[in-house]
Amino acid sequence: MSDRRASVALVTGASRAIGRATALALARSGLAVAVGYRSDPEGAEEVAAKASADGGRALPISIDVTEEKSIEGAFTRIESELGTVRVLVNNAGLSKDGLAVRYPTEAWDATVNTNLRGAFLCSRRALRGMLKARWGRIVNIASAAALRGNSGQSAYSASKAGLVGMTRSMAREVAIRGITVNAVCPGFVESKITAVAGDELRQRYIEMTPAGRFGTPEEIAGVIAFLAGPEASYVTGAILSVDGGLTA
Amino acid sequence: MEITEIQERVSKILAENLSVPEEKVTPEARFQEDLDADSLDLVEAVLALEEEFGVSIPEEEMEGVRTVGQAAQLVASKLEPSTQA
Ligand SMILES: NC(=O)c1ccc[n+]([C@@H]2O[C@H](COP(=O)([O-])OP(=O)(O)OC[C@H]3O[C@@H](n4cnc5c(N)ncnc54)[C@H](OP(=O)(O)O)[C@@H]3O)[C@@H](O)[C@H]2O)c1
Repeated sequence: MSDRRASVALVTGASRAIGRATALALARSGLAVAVGYRSDPEGAEEVAAKASADGGRALPISIDVTEEKSIEGAFTRIESELGTVRVLVNNAGLSKDGLAVRYPTEAWDATVNTNLRGAFLCSRRALRGMLKARWGRIVNIASAAALRGNSGQSAYSASKAGLVGMTRSMAREVAIRGITVNAVCPGFVESKITAVAGDELRQRYIEMTPAGRFGTPEEIAGVIAFLAGPEASYVTGAILSVDGGLTA
Repeated sequence: MEITEIQERVSKILAENLSVPEEKVTPEARFQEDLDADSLDLVEAVLALEEEFGVSIPEEEMEGVRTVGQAAQLVASKLEPSTQA
């Protein structure tokens, strides 16, 4: 019953990596998926085409989470083309590393604006429809860096720890309306960033991780899809590490 | 739009949203005490009012609103001056 009602999902930053794998996983589970992109429409097209080829329904959608107008425009379009967003995955994220002592203010602002403020603005907009529907799922993609410090990541850790705090408070606000709000904290996951990191750094990350390897985007997406699905109806305000034991 | 008409429409929407019989939603009715509305109920009711009347009601302006009549007044003040009583 819940599956039918949870028919439309929006994943922000879904043109690659974790967002891409999540959009595909949600489409496979039967949801119509809005594939959010900021700078890469071709990537989003490819994700949507793949979702459709697998028998799902997907729509590439331009959404910059730092711009309220862009968010409003995206939601309006999704509502008219697919329906009310019942599942929101706040995946869009930015990480700019640098030691605090010389960290540019602009980088701090961009990081917090994207990772924390962006997730708030999208959630606030999505909650309108979810409250009406008395059903909803918000999954915030935080990070292991929210739970454990990382030199060079003051801004990123702060934004992700903020996201964890927001997850808990928002979960309490709307639990009574059948809406769950959870956060997933990935460890080191294969991505463009980790691919360009030098071998030495990669090796260090692997050594830090008890599982002895990077995670795949699909391993993160599987947990997100679970939280977005009907079986997770009693899971809310949870902060779920998916990190190969990194923070264990 | 006359204030009485606004009041009627406001009461109807509030009754629907707060799941209370319409006759209980009088202008004097207090949200918390008489209608048993908590803060989440109230926020949802405001969203519904905004939608119905096509107005925008800033959160700060809701702060002093305790009764149905006050809510109707607030909605009225947001409507185009020409459509007011
Ligand atoms: N990979 C990891 O090891 C890891 C670990 C922990 C947490 N995470 C988190 O997981 C999420 C996904 O990361 P990832 O590594 O899979 O992907 P990624 O390669 O870092 O891509 C992030 C995505 O977010 C989008 N994005 C950035 N700013 C945006 C904005 N203002 N509006 C809308 N979209 C925006 C990007 O699109 P554009 O390029 O077009 O801007 C991109 O599609 C992020 O929140 C990240 O912090 C990742």
